Amino acid sequence: MSGDIVVIAEHRDGAILDPTYELLGRARSLAAASGGEAIAVLLGSGVAGLAGSLGAAARVIVVDGPGLASFSPTAYQAALVPLVREREPALVLIANSGSGMDVAAGLSAALDLPLAAYAIDLTIDAGGPLATCQLYAGKIQAKVRFAGGRGIVTAVAGSFPAEAGMGPGSPVIETVAPAATDDRIRFVDLLRPEAGDVDITRESVLVSVGRGIGEQENIELVEALAAALGGAVSSSRPIADLGWLPRTRQGGKSGLKVKPRVYLALGISGAPEHLEGMRGAELIIAVNSDARAPIFSVAHYGVVADLLDVVPALTARVGG
Amino acid sequence: MDYVVLLKQVPDLAEELEIDADGTGLDREWLSFVASEWDEYALEEALLLRDQGHGGTVTCLALGVETGDVDELLATCLARGADRVIKVGSFEAPPDSHTAAAAFADALAHVHYDLILTGVQAIDDLDGQVGPLLATRLDLPHVSVVTHIALAHHHTTVTVHQEYAGGIVAEFEATLPAVLGVQTSRETPRYAPVSRIRQLMKTATIEAMAGGGGAGSGLVIEAMAIPETGSTAEMISGNPQAIAERIAAILSERGIGTAVAR
Ligand SMILES: Cc1cc2nc3c(=O)[nH]c(=O)nc-3n(C[C@H](O)[C@H](O)[C@H](O)COP(=O)(O)OP(=O)(O)OC[C@H]3O[C@@H](n4cnc5c(N)ncnc54)[C@H](O)[C@@H]3O)c2cc1C
Repeated sequence: MSGDIVVIAEHRDGAILDPTYELLGRARSLAAASGGEAIAVLLGSGVAGLAGSLGAAARVIVVDGPGLASFSPTAYQAALVPLVREREPALVLIANSGSGMDVAAGLSAALDLPLAAYAIDLTIDAGGPLATCQLYAGKIQAKVRFAGGRGIVTAVAGSFPAEAGMGPGSPVIETVAPAATDDRIRFVDLLRPEAGDVDITRESVLVSVGRGIGEQENIELVEALAAALGGAVSSSRPIADLGWLPRTRQGGKSGLKVKPRVYLALGISGAPEHLEGMRGAELIIAVNSDARAPIFSVAHYGVVADLLDVVPALTARVGG
Repeated sequence: MDYVVLLKQVPDLAEELEIDADGTGLDREWLSFVASEWDEYALEEALLLRDQGHGGTVTCLALGVETGDVDELLATCLARGADRVIKVGSFEAPPDSHTAAAAFADALAHVHYDLILTGVQAIDDLDGQVGPLLATRLDLPHVSVVTHIALAHHHTTVTVHQEYAGGIVAEFEATLPAVLGVQTSRETPRYAPVSRIRQLMKTATIEAMAGGGGAGSGLVIEAMAIPETGSTAEMISGNPQAIAERIAAILSERGIGTAVAR
């Protein structure tokens, strides 16, 4: 086993995605502790040019092949399994993204390497790597180690600063062909969201509603509050899934990333996937009937109450 | 087309969670359990696919875990329209995902399937998601975070959407058999009356199969803790009017709202 820390790079539209930089920044400090290199692995077709954007790595392994032109779970897994087996890194870091979830668990099973999922922190001390993982929608944190001292970690986006992984540098660049291919899953198309009636990424006040709203009729209450505050209504994922608000109003991991001046979180538990999209808001005020709701860990102001009592009172107060 | 759905129960987050005496697990004594939300979406999608002209059977598998009520979980599947339900292995406590995947793989050696669906994740899968772990064991292709499942009329491929940040979606075509980690269903999971579930728990056949050679997660849990919530937030209390007054004041300090003292 080496002390190397491997980061699987994610890219789209010719750019490296932020979660990769977050991981790369952390990989640098981990590699210093483990006595290895921070290695970025970049899979694609004709992507050698992107390696230059991974200057924070000591080494970039470009796995280039026509079958890797777009992400495919099977093609990535087939290419990565022999590579990780051969290099024996101490850690493989993967973003807990749509594609990352596929890659990480697939590698874990194929290589018999343990996987620590939903990590929000990762360090190396005398006992080896130590990951802090979020469980139960953020209500519990577990500190875990790997029995054999090495493993795979998927990290929640936003857990580490991206800047630390963005530095310039002149990594060693190795280009290899994928050792194996698997086309049982074929990329067809990339679909982009249609613009909504409101662009929640541009609003300075967001009144955001979650499943705690209870019933569709109650959406009116938050619409009224948003109007009184001169803001817009946004939501957690289940509200969009239920069709109570358009998908374009959804904040979070599979929705939009918002940074308003004020974010009112009403009846939103604060699952990691939601926090990922809104924790950067300047001011977060959360109303939730559960005092232990994880949303209170990112809120600046918290109210433990029934939102159906607070919202009308607030609307009357600011708009009356 | 034969569909297999893998389901489990997880602790109900509406109830308070406590850490056990060891400090490395949940105190299970007072926990109440509910079906894992994403597994319910997986079942709904399987039922919809079967009923929308593709035919075939829906078989539901759950591990025989002593905590919670796996019989109720499987009876609910039948009440919703599953054709067959199977309890796999026997576990004192909910096992890790690697062990669960191994157990399901054992059982699936005896069940015919074209498409395996399960929840994209569960709130307790510390060592990863069962879908890709199982798929890799069975040497099947897998896609996670899936919506919009559509079967080709010749039933040899399926197209799905995989969701990324910012509402971007990739469309994939997968060769069957395959494993899908379902993110959401087209329709809200159908309702099954409690009386029907109770009746099925008495009368229905819940098959049993062996499974689970103790794969283990390879993780060592050093400590579990309930994170401090609200330690950084300033908490506002009082009646709704007093709360509204305080929030209005905080907002008006930032020039937001038409809040003016009246
Ligand atoms: C791959 C993936 C991507 C995801 N992407 C996203 C995403 O982009 N955005 C997103 O939001 N989620 C996303 N999720 C889902 C996420 O895991 C959670 O399920 C979701 O955020 C929960 O939404 P919620 O807080 O509205 O509902 P819940 O978790 O059910 O919380 C409801 C809250 O309301 C409170 N409540 C109930 N009644 C009241 C009342 N009367 N007054 C006040 N409070 C009340 C409860 O205490 C609870 O805390 C994703 C999940 C996956 C697996």
